[in-house]
Amino acid sequence: MTTTIKRPVEVLELDRVTIRFAGDSGDGMQLTGTQFTRTAAVFGNDISTLPDFPAEIRAPAGSLPGVSGFQLSFSSSDIHTPGDQPDVLVAMNPAALKSNLGDLPPGGALIVNEDAFTPGNLNKVGYASNPLVDGSLSSWNLFAIPIGALNSRALEGLGLTSKQVDLTKNFFALGLMFWLYERSMEPTIKWIDDKFGKRPVIAESNRRALKAGYAFGETTEMFHTTYRVPAAHLPPGTYRNITGNEAAALGFVVAGQKAGRNLFYGSYPITPASDILHQLATYKNFGVKTFQAEDEIAAIGSAIGASYGGALGMTGTSGPGIALKSEAINLAVMVELPLIVIDVQRAGPSTGMPTKTEQADLLQVLYGRNGDSPIAVVAPATPAECFDLAFEAVRLALKYMTPVVYLSDAFLATGAEPWRLPDVDSLADISVANRTERAGFHPYDRDPVTLARPWAVPGTAGLEHRIGGLEKADISGNVSYDPDNHHLMQTLRAAKIAGIANDIPDLEVFGPAQGDLMILGWGSTYGSIRSAVERLQADGHAVAHAHLRHLNPFPNNTGAVLAGYRRVLIPELNLGQLLLLIRARYLVDAVGYDRVRGKPFRIAEIVAEAERLLAEN
Amino acid sequence: MTEPIAIAPTPEDPPLSPENAAVLVQLTRKDFVSDQEVRWCPGCGDYSILAQTQKVMPDFGFPKENIVFISGIGCSGRLPYYMNTYGFHTIHGRAPTIATGLKAARPDLMVWVITGDGDALSIGGNHILHSMRRNVDIKVVMFNNRIYGLTKGQASPTSEFGKVTKSTPAGTIDHPISPLSVALAAEASFIARSVDTHTEHLQATLNRVGWHHGSAFVEVLQNCNIFNDGAYREFTDREVREDRMLVLEHGKPMIFGKDRDRGLRLNGHQPEVVRLGENGMSEADLLIHDETDPLIAFMLSRIFWPEFPVPVGVIRDVRLPTHDELMTAQVEAAVAQRGVGDIHALLTGSETWLVE
Repeated sequence: MTTTIKRPVEVLELDRVTIRFAGDSGDGMQLTGTQFTRTAAVFGNDISTLPDFPAEIRAPAGSLPGVSGFQLSFSSSDIHTPGDQPDVLVAMNPAALKSNLGDLPPGGALIVNEDAFTPGNLNKVGYASNPLVDGSLSSWNLFAIPIGALNSRALEGLGLTSKQVDLTKNFFALGLMFWLYERSMEPTIKWIDDKFGKRPVIAESNRRALKAGYAFGETTEMFHTTYRVPAAHLPPGTYRNITGNEAAALGFVVAGQKAGRNLFYGSYPITPASDILHQLATYKNFGVKTFQAEDEIAAIGSAIGASYGGALGMTGTSGPGIALKSEAINLAVMVELPLIVIDVQRAGPSTGMPTKTEQADLLQVLYGRNGDSPIAVVAPATPAECFDLAFEAVRLALKYMTPVVYLSDAFLATGAEPWRLPDVDSLADISVANRTERAGFHPYDRDPVTLARPWAVPGTAGLEHRIGGLEKADISGNVSYDPDNHHLMQTLRAAKIAGIANDIPDLEVFGPAQGDLMILGWGSTYGSIRSAVERLQADGHAVAHAHLRHLNPFPNNTGAVLAGYRRVLIPELNLGQLLLLIRARYLVDAVGYDRVRGKPFRIAEIVAEAERLLAEN
Repeated sequence: MTEPIAIAPTPEDPPLSPENAAVLVQLTRKDFVSDQEVRWCPGCGDYSILAQTQKVMPDFGFPKENIVFISGIGCSGRLPYYMNTYGFHTIHGRAPTIATGLKAARPDLMVWVITGDGDALSIGGNHILHSMRRNVDIKVVMFNNRIYGLTKGQASPTSEFGKVTKSTPAGTIDHPISPLSVALAAEASFIARSVDTHTEHLQATLNRVGWHHGSAFVEVLQNCNIFNDGAYREFTDREVREDRMLVLEHGKPMIFGKDRDRGLRLNGHQPEVVRLGENGMSEADLLIHDETDPLIAFMLSRIFWPEFPVPVGVIRDVRLPTHDELMTAQVEAAVAQRGVGDIHALLTGSETWLVE
């Protein structure tokens, strides 16, 4: 791109920058953040993102509940979180300023669309006077820019309505940020051309808005510095930018192919799991069949039916849907069919906060069913890892003929990071054979190692048999009310799941094998914990981090690992669920650190809690 | 943006069709009897339904390993154990959901759903509604005894208003629903009614159900001799049945009665029973049954004893693209349009970068 630098500006090199875009939910903040993320990722930065949006599609304009935010961190080194605090806040209206200013540290850059600071908008969110002029923002580096007016001028002559013009002002802000951080506009321009190719005027308006923002940065006297964040030194390979839900969908499709089974996905729309259904629905040419069911129960019922027929049956939902699926999960436990149950957790209980993250379904997926009902549970730690754990869930479900819960959360599902593409050809063959041999067939015979029963699918001559939710007689699978048989079957089902521990990797330790403190986590808290532990280690503390990907069963060495430390700290986005399990299972006097604010942990708060524990005797 | 894929499959004769039956397998009733001891109460109408089901199975010339019986909870739910086919006794009300997934994954199978009035219309009402409207190729046989039998005698969604049961000692204040009206409202492509004790009629009806492609719903009036004995006696007993039931035949006038001297006609838009030969009434005045006419089907679903004779037989039978046919067509169209999916290309996505 050829641009003429019209005035000298200083270029400052930074290791890491965190930007938060905030505006009305109709202002296109998610799109703006996503475009900046893609551009940074393609440039070669490490990235981590945190979309934060209201459940209402369009809350009243200018209101506090209607504020939508997107935080992204991009760096020249390996980063694990979207940043505790933004360095830059872009606020498109007074509501966005008011609800986000508390997170911006003093001295941080504040870029504000001053056109939106009308008496009406100020009044709507309780500002008695205009903060842009009353001096109350003096602790921050304020740039008040008439984005709306500048953008309108740039779009003059296109014949657009004022509403259409207004819809493009987010791209003005994006263009300005591109200039400020020395980013190319090309990826976004290409995106505009692809997206609006058939609507040339709309495409032109977005291009003009973007370029006008960029040009404004160049020409205004307001900015004296631009910032450069060099590319990160990531391990060699081909990368793409990916969210957790995208990675999971890809992982399941690849697993289906590696298992030689057609994937069937039955689901009912629910935030934040719906994107998996949307994505899988576009993979029909991979033999994927998707089914939008009439409710959560029908969704899992259809998946069980598909598995019964020999397909890879999957269903996906969030916490409220898991509650509805419980009885059907137990049917799959009793009939011992493979089944994948995706739970993209959100803040509960009840409807809770549908778009906000939480890790509070762990006990529900482990124990929220009638009877002793053991199933396997896996949980990815990062968006990119969603691919690996999706694959792992399928491997376990097929090999052990069991339901497996894939436990993700809203932060993982919508957050993005660079993903190094796996070598598909080197991924394990996870296929299992259907039973076809008539001689010696019994529906509840078991593999001596895995304890899995044979998978005899309809259509196999000579193996006609009946299964169901009533207790089964060992071996024959006939209905049985025999007391000793029930005890035997309960212990067999438990032993089958417990035995998976011999088939999964040991728990890895980051840091010393013995020390003062082990911080144990699971799921999306990985980034915050790892960053906190890196800081603590840099300060000379004997602190380690271990992160569970298998939550049932636990890796065999879990107890031994925990025994190596004076204290064990378990931070969770719930009120102490893994803590309860670890204390009960290993008799370790672990302590919890719980925060349920619908947001990921800040690194600093984990560091502070760890330091507090380290200071205790 | 990809263009939407146009799908208009023409219903063809799938392997399971009368034209192909003869060249398939020759089986007998015995082949469909499992080794399990049948455990319904002595005298239960379910015995007859089981027997007629086993008898009609060989008609289809279909390999028994390709036949699956799926049931919910209730006395009817036991039936799959007694069929020597594949069988799945699932959970209360959810059999249609499991059948939907199975049929989607395995269009080659013949899938029967065995259910009852409580299982299908109370706890599983939503699934009946949606499996029918999707035209899932399943054959739903609903045993209607107008009572909860397995839980020992509570009112069901088809119990008559005011019925005194253990759970409704002062009489139920809930109005019953008509299963056939529900099936019709849900867009089932095949709807029929028969009676447990009318063995020949039941066999003939199940035969029609078996050949149908698409969502089939058949209500079998079934006597629970323990908790609701004689529920249908007034019109099903041998001495009165011909006078009190209307046996439907496609294309034929709606005549009934031991002497075939009564019929059903429309008076304005109201159905009316008339005597042939009285007031100048002749066959030409009677309604002609048409299995493809939804208005006739709806009228038939609303009339019942004692105001009217009880219609039995096939009320509706239309051939529409089935759920699995449409789903398969979408997969095939996607392959035709984009080729068989390439995993490497899928993972790469639209935008990658190389780190050396």
